[in-house]
Amino acid sequence: MTMVEEALFILHRTIAFGTPLLLGTLGEIVAERAGILNLGVEGMMSVGAVVAFGVSLYTGNAWLGVLIAAISVGLLSLIHSFASINLRANQVVSGLALTMLGLGISGLLGKSFVGRTPGGTIEPLDLPVLEDIPYLGKVIFNQDLLVYISLGIAVFTWLVIWKTRIGLNIRVSGENPAAADVSGINVYRIRHLAVFYGGMLAGMAGAYLSLAYIPAWTEGLTGGRGWIVIGLTIFAFWSPLRAIICSYLFGLFYVLPYSLQPLGIHVSLLQSMPYLFTIIALLAISRESIRKRMGSPGALGKSYVREEI
Amino acid sequence: MGKSYIGGYKPAIGVENISRDTLAARAGGRAVEFLRILGGERPGGAVSFQQPVPGEEILGASGIRKEFPGVVANDGVDLKVRAGEIHALLGENGAGKTTLVKILYGVYRPDGGDITLGGERVEINSPRDARDLGIGMVHQHFMLSEPNSVAENIALGLPAGRVLFPEEEVKGRIRDFSKVYGLKLDPDAKVWQLSAGEKQKIEILKALLAGARMLILDEPTAVLTPLETEELFSALRLMAEEGKAVIFITHKLDEVLNLAHQVTVLRKGRIVGNVKTSETDRRKLANMMVGVDLFPSKRSRSIEQGNTVLEVTGLCVKGDRGNRACSGISFKIQAGEILGLAGVAGNGQRELVEVLTGLRETESGGISVLGRDVTNSGPREIANLGVSYIPEDRLSIGIVPEMTVSENLVLRKFWQEEFSEGLLLDEERVRDYSREMIEEFDIVTPGPDTPVRKLSGGNIQRLILARETSGGPRLIIASHPTSGLDVKAANDIRKRLAQAADEGSSVLLDSEDLEEIFELSDRIAVIVNGEFVGVLARAEANLEKVGLLMGGAVE
Amino acid sequence: MTGLRQAIPRITVRRRKQPLTSRESLTLILASVAAGIFLGGLLFSLAGVNPLYAYGKILQGSFGSIQGWKEILRKAIPLIMAGAGLAIAFRAVFWNIGAEGQMLAGATGATWVALNFTTAPGYILIPAMFAVGFVMGAALCIIPALLKSKFSVNEVIITLMLNYVALQIVTFLIDGPWKGETQHGYPYTDPFVQGARIPRIPGTFIHYPTLIIAVLASIGLFYFMKRTKAGYEIKVTGSSPKAARYAGISYARTLVMVAIISGGLAGMAGVGEVAGIHGKLLYPEYVSAGYGFTAIIVAWLARLHPAGVIASGIFMSGILVGGDAMRIRVPLSSVNIFTGLILLMLVSTEIFRTYEIKFSREDVP
Repeated sequence: MTMVEEALFILHRTIAFGTPLLLGTLGEIVAERAGILNLGVEGMMSVGAVVAFGVSLYTGNAWLGVLIAAISVGLLSLIHSFASINLRANQVVSGLALTMLGLGISGLLGKSFVGRTPGGTIEPLDLPVLEDIPYLGKVIFNQDLLVYISLGIAVFTWLVIWKTRIGLNIRVSGENPAAADVSGINVYRIRHLAVFYGGMLAGMAGAYLSLAYIPAWTEGLTGGRGWIVIGLTIFAFWSPLRAIICSYLFGLFYVLPYSLQPLGIHVSLLQSMPYLFTIIALLAISRESIRKRMGSPGALGKSYVREEI
Repeated sequence: MGKSYIGGYKPAIGVENISRDTLAARAGGRAVEFLRILGGERPGGAVSFQQPVPGEEILGASGIRKEFPGVVANDGVDLKVRAGEIHALLGENGAGKTTLVKILYGVYRPDGGDITLGGERVEINSPRDARDLGIGMVHQHFMLSEPNSVAENIALGLPAGRVLFPEEEVKGRIRDFSKVYGLKLDPDAKVWQLSAGEKQKIEILKALLAGARMLILDEPTAVLTPLETEELFSALRLMAEEGKAVIFITHKLDEVLNLAHQVTVLRKGRIVGNVKTSETDRRKLANMMVGVDLFPSKRSRSIEQGNTVLEVTGLCVKGDRGNRACSGISFKIQAGEILGLAGVAGNGQRELVEVLTGLRETESGGISVLGRDVTNSGPREIANLGVSYIPEDRLSIGIVPEMTVSENLVLRKFWQEEFSEGLLLDEERVRDYSREMIEEFDIVTPGPDTPVRKLSGGNIQRLILARETSGGPRLIIASHPTSGLDVKAANDIRKRLAQAADEGSSVLLDSEDLEEIFELSDRIAVIVNGEFVGVLARAEANLEKVGLLMGGAVE
Repeated sequence: MTGLRQAIPRITVRRRKQPLTSRESLTLILASVAAGIFLGGLLFSLAGVNPLYAYGKILQGSFGSIQGWKEILRKAIPLIMAGAGLAIAFRAVFWNIGAEGQMLAGATGATWVALNFTTAPGYILIPAMFAVGFVMGAALCIIPALLKSKFSVNEVIITLMLNYVALQIVTFLIDGPWKGETQHGYPYTDPFVQGARIPRIPGTFIHYPTLIIAVLASIGLFYFMKRTKAGYEIKVTGSSPKAARYAGISYARTLVMVAIISGGLAGMAGVGEVAGIHGKLLYPEYVSAGYGFTAIIVAWLARLHPAGVIASGIFMSGILVGGDAMRIRVPLSSVNIFTGLILLMLVSTEIFRTYEIKFSREDVP
């Protein structure tokens, strides 16, 4: 392939690779904006992947699989929100437990799926005319539907967070839940809602992994992407639109190594970039000036208890 | 025009005239209509005023009683507030003002008594109820979300109903507010960028937009500059003229006389006076506030000069909110002397004490203990010089709840030779020491290895007292040492402090309990707004003088 | 209708006045673990696997047989070692989620020693590997500790991310500069010389020197917390940071201390794995193998008592070995259902330590 063709191919794959990252990140952004740290993403994505695969295997309909995956992982995530919010459990530990549980569940359920091919898969679309735009046409317009849906969800999430009352309630619940409570907002309910939304998107991300790439299921399919999502949330400074670019950037770190390998640059170097970038972002927001503008939600990770007499 | 109530007592909204139709729509729960009105639409049709007749009573509270473990916060309190009236609640801390107001706002439920609103008896079970009834509260500690804008924070207080954020309406209301009351706010500014005074304006607007007909403010001028104070007062006067009622809590006598029409004075949970401000003066108010009882001094020794234990010069300290908490404080304490620090809470005592114990940094000025400069030294260095501290916040600073009694008893000494063997703690010595302390100070506990959480409040304080006053400390800084304790425990502690002073320890006593200060102190310093406005020898001091000084009067 | 109203029990939730007794606390833990195991069985049955099979395997293949116990003791070594360190870190409210990475750091250090000092005798090499491993693990953990104490940076995310940075570094090393000549192109290092291999009990994989160190460390840390000034300071810091400041305890010093302890111990656990079990550095997932995360459960189950991790480490190891035994029928990762649910139950029931729930027929005042 020529250099240009190779570059375009990389870009194409980057978008595809970044999409599950984007979906997962959008969900986690909403949950964290409401104040709940959900470290269970890796497990949740895994469950989404296995559920979508299973549904597609038995019904032949990939999109049904995506839908059911979203709903079931949403429900699964309520375990974490119930423990964290109502039972005031330590959110870090509860999230890790959810990851373990999710990995276990997906391993168990997926036992009979290994090696099989599902009926429905997520295929790249053929968009006439648009596809024929030179160079970028094939990159941008030859993706599968879920890619475009994910971008739509990003915009939708941004609109909700920044332009609606619910979004304001979410942001204030995560920043100063006492202020929200005093204004009559049901902080518990908003947080559950936010975590559920996060779960749904994580489920969709997982579905993408098992139905869009090489449609297949194996243990460990998620490959640590859940942890990257957690880092991405911070790197994108909790902004849904920034998450788009950041997700594709991190996706690039995964696609690029295989092209750069012949040049002697080791895969590991690039694949450690997402984690290092996250650490740098964390250092950035510890500075007072940045924290106020784009820092983490003030009450992130802390249980809220109404001040009693 | 008569009053027209629909479905019970309903507050008026802002200064608009509202048609009957619109009222009906709103009572039916049509939030959209409501928001259109907020947006400034002038409805057509018949007009009827929701404004009350000035002078008519809005709020009547009678026989309010509220008890907490160990203390009666409100004991048969009556309060009447009329429309168009600015009503001040005056009293020292612990007098019961905040409790009363929290009852009005639904945070506490009274143990006894009634509240009537517009003549009808009401039950206020939550802040939500209070808001629905038209009672708005401007808290001392702002409930705002820092990274959000002014408009967003105000929108929080608006009733639900719209999906999209009502940007234009909110900005419109903010502009109206600024115009009508002269309190300027930039709708797009982020809250973290604002001064305390501006944040307060947001709280006020939130309350008004929620439909407040009666506004309660708790020590509103504590965080304001003189200019902001004047702006606030003009705004409050305008609101009163419109027919709203204003209750504000204060300890500043000048404010009461300047701003209020009526003042109710509370002391130790009871009403001691309810007068028109035009018919009273500072002296009378001060007397009411602190009483005229004589508190005989329990101190018998006279203090020799020349034995300075603590010397503070020109101390300036920054508070948590960026304000000046202490300005140019200078004083000395001699050996064996008890210096009482009198003042209403929030005037810089906490910051002063924190600086003296090494928990806060100074902005400028010097501190020296026994001649050694300890300005900005850490807590351990200061402790090593013989300074101990009985903190106000017993449970989170004074003890470590998850550790045992004996572990807590050595919290301030464990690194010293007496208790350590190299890297290890000398367990036997610690235990012996604990048994001594438990015995000497009458700490009621099953044993030295009991988790300290199991002790009662009084015994926890005895533990802290044991730790901090034994071993002949040179200086004991005691902050609210008897607050919240039963009478016996309180007496024990005061006796112990006096005894320590007799034995040569100096004491800096920061207390809101004037009786305690008068009982124990050799000298009394009155602190107002971070300055020592007067230091009186006990013999010259009487309650009236001190009360006046505390109230901000300059003699 | 009053009869009906009275039939419905009133539920009152109240703050406990007295904390739980030791017996009540133990009952709560056991009940939580039992609930976790029960729910796990439920999930298994929903997935079409007979839960009794799972329980049977765990008991028979794990706790119930000699072969099982050999495996249990083997897997317990890193769990106890890392778990003891984590118990200390968590006591200071330093959420070290990075034990996986610290194990890898330790393993890397040991590998460096083993590959570069092939002629040294065992009684020098092995202590050297442990020492270097300790230092490497500690160093990795000090970074987040300093960042937290100086800049209030969230240590959870940093330790978590460092796990994967360490993973990538190891991957790079075994595929690059340290790739073994003798490994036929596989990304492993050359096998360690005999002197660099930690001796095992014959017939088992139990590398007993590491086990002894782990148990000694665990008991040692118990005394450390009980009797030393440093332990006292850690307890105060974790329980009440304000009181700690008041007592003149340096937050930074305390965090660095627990970082060294927990990072160092995790590092040594990694040394044990690479020099006691595998004999070479290979895929990082095989080295740390989730022990770093499971050690969190071990510490939590022991209620952060450093000596208790011996018991909880053996217990969790038993569950893991049971998972191994189930391999014929269910995938290996399914054992995480049990570990995850046990952790979930443990953390969800902590609320009962602060609040009590009473059911009664009448209104309770």
